[in-house]
Amino acid sequence: MRSYDSVQHVRGESKFVDDLSVPEGTLFGYVFYSPIAHGKIVKLDFNEVLKVSGIHAVITDKDIPGENQIGGIILDEELFASKEVHFVGQPIALVVAKDRVSAHKGAKRIKVEIEKLKPIFDPREAFEKGNLIVPPRIFSLGDVDSAWQKCDYVIEGKVESGSQEHLYLETQGALAIPVEGGGVKIISSTQGPTAVQKIAARVLNLPMNKIEVDVPRLGGGFGGKEDQATAWAVMAALAALKLNRPVKIILPRQEDMRMTGKRHPYSSDYKIGLNKEGKILAYQAWYYQNAGASADLSTAILERTLFHSTNSYYIPNVKATAYCCRTNLPPFTAFRGFGGPQSMFVMESAIHKAAHILGVDPTFIQKKNLLKEGDEFPYGQKTENCRAVKCFEETEKRFDFQSQSELVKKFNDENKLYKKGIALMPVCFGISFTTSFLNQASALVHVYTDGSVNISTAAVEMGQGVNAKLMSIASRIFSVNPDRIRIDTTNTSRVANTSPTAASKGSDLNGYATIDACNLILERLKKVAKELLGADDSSRVELKDEFVYMNSIKTDVDWVKLINHAYVNRVSLSAQAHHATPSIYFDREKMKGDAFAYHVYGTALVEATVDCLRGTYVIDSVKVVHDFGRSIHPVTDRGQAEGGIVQGLGWVTLEEIIYNDEGKLLTDALSTYKVPDIHFAPKEFEIHFLEDVPNPYGPFQSKAIGEPPFMYGIGGYFAIINAMKAFKPGKEIIYNAPITNEKVLMWFHSID
Amino acid sequence: MEKLISFYCNNELVTVQVNPSITLLDFLRNYKKLTGTKEGCREGDCGACTIMLGSLVKDKIKYKTVNSCLFPIADVIGKHVVSIEGLNNSQLNFIQAQFIDEGGTQCGFCTPGFIISLTNYFINHAKYSVDEAVVSLDGNICRCTGYAGIKRAIQNTINYLNDINISKVNPVTFLIDKKILPHYFSELPKKLKLLQNKTGSLLKQKKNKLNIVSGGTDLYVQKWESLLEEENYFVSEDTGLKLISKEQNKIFVGGAVTVEEFLESKIILKYFPSLKEHFKLFGSLPIRNRATIAGNIVNASPIGDMSNVLLALAANVHLKYKNKKRVIPLNEFYLGYKTLDKKKYEIVEKISFPVPKKYFRFNYEKVSRRKYLDIASVNSSISISVQNGKIKEVSLSAGGVAPIPLYLKSTSKFLTGKEVSPLIINQSIEIAKSEISPISDARGSKEYKTLLLGQLIKTHFIKLFPELNIDEVLK
Repeated sequence: MRSYDSVQHVRGESKFVDDLSVPEGTLFGYVFYSPIAHGKIVKLDFNEVLKVSGIHAVITDKDIPGENQIGGIILDEELFASKEVHFVGQPIALVVAKDRVSAHKGAKRIKVEIEKLKPIFDPREAFEKGNLIVPPRIFSLGDVDSAWQKCDYVIEGKVESGSQEHLYLETQGALAIPVEGGGVKIISSTQGPTAVQKIAARVLNLPMNKIEVDVPRLGGGFGGKEDQATAWAVMAALAALKLNRPVKIILPRQEDMRMTGKRHPYSSDYKIGLNKEGKILAYQAWYYQNAGASADLSTAILERTLFHSTNSYYIPNVKATAYCCRTNLPPFTAFRGFGGPQSMFVMESAIHKAAHILGVDPTFIQKKNLLKEGDEFPYGQKTENCRAVKCFEETEKRFDFQSQSELVKKFNDENKLYKKGIALMPVCFGISFTTSFLNQASALVHVYTDGSVNISTAAVEMGQGVNAKLMSIASRIFSVNPDRIRIDTTNTSRVANTSPTAASKGSDLNGYATIDACNLILERLKKVAKELLGADDSSRVELKDEFVYMNSIKTDVDWVKLINHAYVNRVSLSAQAHHATPSIYFDREKMKGDAFAYHVYGTALVEATVDCLRGTYVIDSVKVVHDFGRSIHPVTDRGQAEGGIVQGLGWVTLEEIIYNDEGKLLTDALSTYKVPDIHFAPKEFEIHFLEDVPNPYGPFQSKAIGEPPFMYGIGGYFAIINAMKAFKPGKEIIYNAPITNEKVLMWFHSID
Repeated sequence: MEKLISFYCNNELVTVQVNPSITLLDFLRNYKKLTGTKEGCREGDCGACTIMLGSLVKDKIKYKTVNSCLFPIADVIGKHVVSIEGLNNSQLNFIQAQFIDEGGTQCGFCTPGFIISLTNYFINHAKYSVDEAVVSLDGNICRCTGYAGIKRAIQNTINYLNDINISKVNPVTFLIDKKILPHYFSELPKKLKLLQNKTGSLLKQKKNKLNIVSGGTDLYVQKWESLLEEENYFVSEDTGLKLISKEQNKIFVGGAVTVEEFLESKIILKYFPSLKEHFKLFGSLPIRNRATIAGNIVNASPIGDMSNVLLALAANVHLKYKNKKRVIPLNEFYLGYKTLDKKKYEIVEKISFPVPKKYFRFNYEKVSRRKYLDIASVNSSISISVQNGKIKEVSLSAGGVAPIPLYLKSTSKFLTGKEVSPLIINQSIEIAKSEISPISDARGSKEYKTLLLGQLIKTHFIKLFPELNIDEVLK
């Protein structure tokens, strides 16, 4: 089934915010931001700006009728810096002009004087100084303290993982149009329309019903537009209402990269204890999360780090502690995996190092400790329908891990300048917002008299294919051709109080809500059909392939006829439904609970080749067995897996965010920040759908897919360092992602 | 400052009075409301703005891809611009359908650029292979799909098109037949010819005392906004600067020759067959289609790729202003960071370098963060001839390790007359280290760059002299 969106995409007809026809008189906003990482604003001078032709206004915190506050979870973030600046790239003012070039020209003439204060960039330094956004969070299971003495091996280590730029191809942007009665309509490229609405209301001092937020679609989000799309939308709305003109803000790429937060860098310590058989008896970890200058979603991300601290393994004694450290960098934010990849990388590093010391293959330890049915996670939930072992063993078997490993060894024996490495990466990822109340959604379904169907939900289409899935769900329930169904834009006037499209939950939550809403209409239609056909019971009536069947026999009443009949009989052809994930909870006092509706499992086999002369590498292959449940839309699901994996590979290899010692981003363009291109993507790529794995907790037995595959990419790191190890056996291994070309070559030539 | 500009935009003749310096991207989006062409980065690094540009060559149209974000509308005169909208039929074409059915499109923002690049590949090749098609997508970034769906779409399209023997037909007619291109493409050669006859020599440009804009692939990255306010002299269509010739023992290459034209030249292919492979590491296809030899030299980036190669080829720069001409060796052209022995309005008319003699060997090495479409951390070229076991002549260059594209003078001098041996190679690396002054930046620390240059010098010798004992060289 081809979704409406994909058909428009390939024809270049999809409209993103910047593609929409703007109303006459639309102005353009350009954000002026702090050039200093930490300091007091002493003087702001706009005199020269207003001399530039085409300038309409310079908007600052002084123009805000409500609160100068855009914090989501914690109120610690200003829309425009008022007295102090806390990172390079923090917005100070918005220059509004007749077009983009004039606005930029104006912004360049702003004079700002900032009295510098000492900045902090290192999370450990922030921790030492007590600069924590929230008190430390701790997850624990069993008793690590008494477990260490039972271990034959206790190994400690340090692990670093870097930041990552989302690099959604469509940069952040919004168009705000004043509407009558002092309200505003905001068309925003956001994953969280309600967040935009709520915060615009707070800043503009308006009730939420005066703000309509509409989201046509996103040119990629990946978490980067969950919280961080809000500022630009609110700025546009503020300027639009002040000037009574439509105002558009589209961030130029470099400004987007400089001003917005990215994946959180982590610095971590661990301690792992094993017995001689390779069984992990105890595991302790300390995560220093670099949160940036304000909380944003950091606290929720910190929690997910803890939820996934043991990845796909059962460990009886665990203590994981996480620190949310405030620094003078842009507020780091949601990014596919949401803190999970960081702790899984620590876990895998610990196993890798332990294997080195035990003199075994890491796979041996991985396999020994995989989760089994009924095993308890450190947060108290027990596994149900656990498929960790199944996926791992299927990967080994299907892709012939044993002989593949032997081929790698043979290659390494025969080659001097090139070495190969291989690694397995199991993943277990929990599905639900860990903030339980967010696990709700609603859908509004209209059937029109020509038989066409229009569906609005809380889900934002950003390439993840939620629209294709919703379309598929509705067409299944009504048993009509999918072409009849259109998934409308996400709009706060049609669907209120939306949770952001995030946590891989978009299709699950909105899928269920759509099922419920469609079923409400279906039941009414069956009743109409019953009466029309004179059946004695509507259970004898069913809709199949666009026709009404009675007693399993096709009638001459087709979909359109049925709809018309319902309409003239004054039966409602619209329905709204709300869905809330049942029986999940998380107790933040005890740090225990059944936080997730279910878990997703899978294992990847990754192979890489390192050029030991030049210090470069290629990813040869990625082969995965993944538990998709029963896929609603296999093309979408496979695409999500493939895309997630390559993004994950990028995080641990090419993608390096570098700030200079004054907190200025050096990798602020696509020429310096490199993401995987078509050549870098694995030469061989295979995704196997684990067979016969229904999921009772997903719509039509499906499973969520957005985030879990990202973490297969971590296998790329270990494939590369295994290859490096083959060139320099016995050398102390580094656990510091990304493993850039520079790190590879420097490691080869460093002295132990 | 506005100029009258006429060209075909998809199936429409466009005649417009416009600032010639605005980019084609802005023109398509803002004036024509053709929003399928996207702005992703405005520096030619993402490919979301890729369009096809057709130029009349004899009676046929030669199509190539360019980044419309770096392309001044001045250079579009008399040409055929194809945006994604210009490929649409009422039904999806085969490539479009494959992108959907194989998961080659997710958010859709990059998709038009990919489809344009791929269509251009099919127009320009008589034999198809997935690997070559992938090379033609080196300028397109997708953040969603992981490229797997795109590769499947390519494979399926190749299977579909390989049904018949395509080598004997006109690719455009063939692709129209296969419903990949709309029918109107067949009319374009005639229409363009008519247009060219009408517009004659097109834009009459003042040539003196203007900003010189060549391919624009650097200038439009660095200062597209200020170019809008300046009077520019667009030289990339200047036929006088586009010649490649061999005269006696020298090869001459016009300043406005693009990297891709350089590579396709029979003269270059004959004497430097390995360059075709090396140059895949230069920018991307749409960039190579625009970036010029002179532009690369004059931009003076310390990590320029073309300048690096030309330094090792002992090239000379031929400068011209009005009727005054002078020639200087490229290795004396760079005076300091972005400082040249060139007056503001002097133009690089051409460059020249000697035809390789017997025993000549050449190698180029580049290591960047990402292998393709990236700027080097360090690059290096060597040309070397060995006779009777001794190095007769050698030129070694290094980029990314000094404020200028560097000719390794002392190292080259040291190597001359020596026998190629692991010891000499390692000694030469020590000398090279004394010639360089790398800085730490986004492309690597100075320690890394120093180490890397040594590795690349070793690589040169290992590749060119396979008989060397690798273990000894690695020591």
